Amino acid sequence: MSEAHPELGFLRKYVFSTDHKMIGIQYGLTALVFLFIGFSLMMMMRWQLAYPGEAIPLVGGFLKNSWVDNGAMLPDFYNQLGAMHGTIMVFMGIVPLAVGAFGNYIVPLQIGAPDMAFPRLNMLSYQAFLIGGVIMLASFFMPGGAASSGWTSYPPLADIATTGQTYWLFGMIFLIASSLLGGINFIVTIVHLRAEGLTFFRLPFFVWSQLVTAFLLVLAFPALQAAAIFQLMDRLAGTSFFLPSGLVVGGEQIAAVGGGSPLLWQHLFWFLAHPEVYVLILPGMGIIAEVIANNTRKPLWGYRPMVYSLLFLGFMSFTVWAHHMYLTGMGTTMSTFFQATTMIISIPSVIILSCLVISLWGASIRFTVPMLFAIAFLPMFGIGGLTGLPLGLAAPDIFLHDTYYVIGHFHYVVAPGTIFAMFAGIYHWYPKVTGRSMNLRLGYAHFWLSLIFMNGIFMPMLFEGMAGVSRRMFDPTGYVHAQAAHTLTLVTSWSAWGLAVSQIPFIINFFWSMRKEERAEENPWQATTLEWATATPPPHGNFDAPPVVYSGPYEYSVPGAETDFSPQYVKQEG
Amino acid sequence: MSEIVIPYQVEPHPMTGVTSGKLGIWVFLASEVMLFGALFSSYVLLRVGTPAEYWPSGVEAGLNVPIGTVNTIVLITSSITMVMSWASLKMNNLRGFKRFMGATIGLGLAFLMIKSFEYSLKFSHGIFPAVGWPEATDPSVFNALYFTLTGLHALHVILGIAVNVWLLFWGISLFKSQPERFAGRVEISGLYWHFVDLVWIFLFPTLYLL
Repeated sequence: MSEAHPELGFLRKYVFSTDHKMIGIQYGLTALVFLFIGFSLMMMMRWQLAYPGEAIPLVGGFLKNSWVDNGAMLPDFYNQLGAMHGTIMVFMGIVPLAVGAFGNYIVPLQIGAPDMAFPRLNMLSYQAFLIGGVIMLASFFMPGGAASSGWTSYPPLADIATTGQTYWLFGMIFLIASSLLGGINFIVTIVHLRAEGLTFFRLPFFVWSQLVTAFLLVLAFPALQAAAIFQLMDRLAGTSFFLPSGLVVGGEQIAAVGGGSPLLWQHLFWFLAHPEVYVLILPGMGIIAEVIANNTRKPLWGYRPMVYSLLFLGFMSFTVWAHHMYLTGMGTTMSTFFQATTMIISIPSVIILSCLVISLWGASIRFTVPMLFAIAFLPMFGIGGLTGLPLGLAAPDIFLHDTYYVIGHFHYVVAPGTIFAMFAGIYHWYPKVTGRSMNLRLGYAHFWLSLIFMNGIFMPMLFEGMAGVSRRMFDPTGYVHAQAAHTLTLVTSWSAWGLAVSQIPFIINFFWSMRKEERAEENPWQATTLEWATATPPPHGNFDAPPVVYSGPYEYSVPGAETDFSPQYVKQEG
Repeated sequence: MSEIVIPYQVEPHPMTGVTSGKLGIWVFLASEVMLFGALFSSYVLLRVGTPAEYWPSGVEAGLNVPIGTVNTIVLITSSITMVMSWASLKMNNLRGFKRFMGATIGLGLAFLMIKSFEYSLKFSHGIFPAVGWPEATDPSVFNALYFTLTGLHALHVILGIAVNVWLLFWGISLFKSQPERFAGRVEISGLYWHFVDLVWIFLFPTLYLL
């Protein structure tokens, strides 16, 4: 540390830090904990689905009486787990990890900035995220339990549900505020704080993906904010924004004004939640692009088409929301429009994926651990994307809607898709953040086991769904058509627990590598982008002198150059 | 304060021509446009989903157009005084700034007082957002929308007043050391204030006149 940056006290340095790197680490660790909690909820659900009515092993005896009966799960608790698994994974796990952690730590470094444009706003957005997350988790222990109307919170069910739904809405308002503040910060940072010479088309693809993601966060989340305000009014003030006239619950007409529209919620919710899907995947694509360029030792194939596709993708993501609503009776004209936009939006995704695949061609690939995750990302995201096409067309969607096929499709995109990209990012930037390298063998074990079990979980789901098994069922053995698919359920459940076991090498690796004596090299991957131009770990203020950029982001194997990588921040001869 | 120097906090960026704070507030206002856009879209969707004879016009629902008009004038005037306070600051006239900023805050408070008077008038006529309120006589989706939208707008007004009060009494100490930076902050607060004004200009005809 230079003299200009005096040491800060413990609280200012670790808790109320305004340094984007510390905030990134805070986001990352919090999000990993939330991911683990969300995953644990799902493991309990998988037990109920595989062995309905039997006591949950290991944890069953410790659970509250309102959750379990002699260790066996109760239906209400299953619904809470389902709703909270989705909410935690999407809003408290992946988004904070992809945007909050990777975005915060890497973006200012990659653009050569001393920090984010608004450091204190950055701290506030982490704190809002943490408060929202704590409210969500605390709702499990409130009377009435957590939200249990699914992560989509469809009314009228959510309007008349137990108090957990109110906590969900309050938690959501904090998480939305956090995303809004973060999004504004990212946009201003990327537009204003790029280093000298770093034009937009010299930006690493990862920074582009964060820029588009930030726009999606800023422009899509307000729709859910509006919806949450209406639902809060419905629940607390007794209005009927989402309650139709003459609603009968449990044989009795409920005392409400009526005249509202349950469909209104779905429109508002999906106007957020479809762009949200791209918020989940775009940062992942950005990380994969960085890792692939670095480990193929050549420039990305089609950098510009990828950037244009990204921008088009961001724009189009606002025009496809109602493809989640084909079965609501909104009419064939509407369905036709949204089918067309959905088919159009698949084109830029395919362009990006194709460019990444073609980038592998003719390369002498270094099979490092991040590269393994990146290579696996390509077919996994491919399966996720292609299985989405039948859902985007109204006719097959009538058959597949709300079955396990949908769950399989979506999880192929975000679990072996985004989460593999997150792992690739962690292995890739770990030496930058800690100054240590992660263990190779544990990394290989983590990768191969995760790859096998991920497919073990989600591939059977696709077939189960095609067999007609519905999602959100508490006990599938109660239905004749689902009994035939029970073997597949068992495969899924055992794979899920296997996936948990295969994270052990990662957790060991993550903490053990931090304590290693031996330091990693300054630029261990021989990368070209700006985050490697400064010391490891970077000091407060990031760069001793503002860096100057002379070339594009992926100048690998430049003919005539001395090394096979020509960093952006080094002026080339001639 | 952080010791590291982040550029473009005071001087405008050569490409965008604005400071970081100003770019940030514009992005924030874009998200606010989406928020109120979603709320107005919901109004449209709820209204077209209701048979016309069940949807009251503002006057039929008991809204008081003269009071609403007065309030519109109050809020527009406050936008003018907001600009005047910023302009005084740019001309180094600190007294003018204080006077006009005080007027802006006063007019904002006047708007809230008239609004709360209007609310109490509604309550005394049995107009409430929904059932479950003790004296509600005629609950409807229209009433719910009226209270939710104007209530949310009032929250925005309160936030704007709070920021202006902070600028007038505490933030002003920055004027001595960095007058440009302080003027930038006043301008940002002003942009937000104009937006809040603009929302009301849409809310007033939508709820009272249509």
